[in-house]
Amino acid sequence: MAVTTQDQQHGLTAHSHGGGQEKGHRRVASRADHFTSFDVNAFEVPGGREEIWRFTPMKRLANLHNGAAATASVTVEVMAADGVRVETVARGDERLGVAGTPGDRIAAQAWTSFTEATVVTLPKDTKVEPTTVTVTGAGEGQVAYGHLQIRAEQFAEAVVVLDHRGSGVYADNVEFVVGDGAHLTVVAVQDWADDAVHVSSHHARLGRDATFKHTVITLGGDLVRLTPVVTYTGRGGDAELLGLYFADAGQHLEHRTFVDHAVSNCRSNVVYKGALQGEDAHTVWIGDVLIRAAAEGTETFELNRNLVLTDGARADSVPNLEIETGEIEGAGHASATGRFDDEQLFYLQARGIPEEQARRLVVRGFFHEILLKIAVPEVRERLEAAIEAELEAVGA
Amino acid sequence: MATLEIKDLHVSVTTDEASKEILKGVDLTIKAGETHAIMGPNGSGKSTLSYAVAGHPKYTVTSGSVLLDGEDVLEMSVDERARAGLFLAMQYPVEVPGVSMTNFLRTAATAVRGEAPNLRHWVKEVKGAMADLDIDPTFGERSVNEGFSGGEKKRHEILQLGLLKPKIAILDETDSGLDVDALRVVSAGVNKFKESGEAGVMLITHYTRILKYIQPDFVHVFANGRIVESGGRELADQLEEHGYVKYTGNQEAAKVG
Repeated sequence: MAVTTQDQQHGLTAHSHGGGQEKGHRRVASRADHFTSFDVNAFEVPGGREEIWRFTPMKRLANLHNGAAATASVTVEVMAADGVRVETVARGDERLGVAGTPGDRIAAQAWTSFTEATVVTLPKDTKVEPTTVTVTGAGEGQVAYGHLQIRAEQFAEAVVVLDHRGSGVYADNVEFVVGDGAHLTVVAVQDWADDAVHVSSHHARLGRDATFKHTVITLGGDLVRLTPVVTYTGRGGDAELLGLYFADAGQHLEHRTFVDHAVSNCRSNVVYKGALQGEDAHTVWIGDVLIRAAAEGTETFELNRNLVLTDGARADSVPNLEIETGEIEGAGHASATGRFDDEQLFYLQARGIPEEQARRLVVRGFFHEILLKIAVPEVRERLEAAIEAELEAVGA
Repeated sequence: MATLEIKDLHVSVTTDEASKEILKGVDLTIKAGETHAIMGPNGSGKSTLSYAVAGHPKYTVTSGSVLLDGEDVLEMSVDERARAGLFLAMQYPVEVPGVSMTNFLRTAATAVRGEAPNLRHWVKEVKGAMADLDIDPTFGERSVNEGFSGGEKKRHEILQLGLLKPKIAILDETDSGLDVDALRVVSAGVNKFKESGEAGVMLITHYTRILKYIQPDFVHVFANGRIVESGGRELADQLEEHGYVKYTGNQEAAKVG
């Protein structure tokens, strides 16, 4: 049996926000009270029952949550466009840590454990060609920690591709410091080998009138847990968080987005879509949005859709929208997890299209709106090919 | 010459627990060049007949046979039936988000014709067919049926009919929900398809209205899961006059009141 769960809603239909937790569910503390610290010892070792860990299979974390020591390093290669500065800096560099503070023990462990960081600076007032940062895992059985910071200076316009591949266990923090009026587009691809474990926190800090487009594509790895957090420091900030994930048998792919609206007149839009196939394929999407009292004029929407292609797969989807001011432009969320739509399949087959091809059309169509927004053609083509490859296994 | 032979067809639909017989022995033969109108009150099983012939998984054939040019249709998958030359214009066409109409039409034509149509000819062919049905060219870039009005969906069903050129077309209440202008355009599309004389048409309808535009050679009255009376055009006139009361015992008009 396929199992789909949602804390607030089951089934195929979209729903609108009711403004609170349903009866019978545990009372979740306000996201505003969420603990953060750069000190790993300030966090207790999680046992797995904690709210932020309850979906994660702790045994497969290779002790990242329990002080695992680094045994190796990842390889970071930057193919920088003209004008882009790339530096490798030591721990003490004062620019590091400005975009956000670790919000869980593994992020704090990564902060405590990295030895050198990569800083990529996108020059002000300039539009540059895409820059690619390739992170290759340290190898099977190895544990590594890392730190990366992408700085888009004032009015910079740039696309950065983060490409994760290879084997091993890796925990890191990635910072996006988006200057006033800058336009930063990020595509983060998790295309790890089957053994890989990757726990990553992305911290984005948006300046006034900054635009941040963040697309996460998670395909490979035994366990991937990605926590993108967006904060605003000035009005007019605009964040779009897109995600696409495809879990096969045994994979655990978890995405936990948090948009913290503490400044007025900012916008956010979160759209994550996932497909699952195979025994024990498990995906988790937690979408937290907090509109603080000061964040008047906020406009936010978040959506998660999951397509369960076979029995034995499980999708968890939990949108949390907290609103502390009534003076907003709009706020909403929607979440739905559904089986493959047999009526769509019938319709396509009734036009002569063979079943396999019909399934692919439907899944490709499901992901279409996300893929369409990937600004880099080479990346889009590669991902389309990767999704095709995933689909080869559908129904097999 | 194409022939669809339906013999003593019994079909059940299975809900949660119970299985309910809907078609109770349908006999019907449709030859190329013929148009058969199947008329009946709501709930008589007309749509079930169309879906069962097309192979919808919800319906189970419990006995009887369906042959297309002697080939056993019931042994074929849904897509094999379509490639063998069956086409069902659906009453409620399905939306397929993210799949463009252009991509869908070309994929379907490639499957049915057995090879990808020459791109230049194809573009021209689709453009012409869309123009004939008063379909705006921008629909090509829209997702299949997504956000289409009822009339737009029906036009696109007939667009597919014209492009896929089946041997036997089943039109399931294609007239429902159409205003007069749309009905005329859609009927013209069906008549154009019939022009070749090489295809047979099963025209399922509740009302006689569409028969003013599409001439039936045979009219069959469908009630309680089977054909209860067959005749020519005059039978439709009788239904227009008297409704289905004779067959069902209920007052139900066959003309739009």
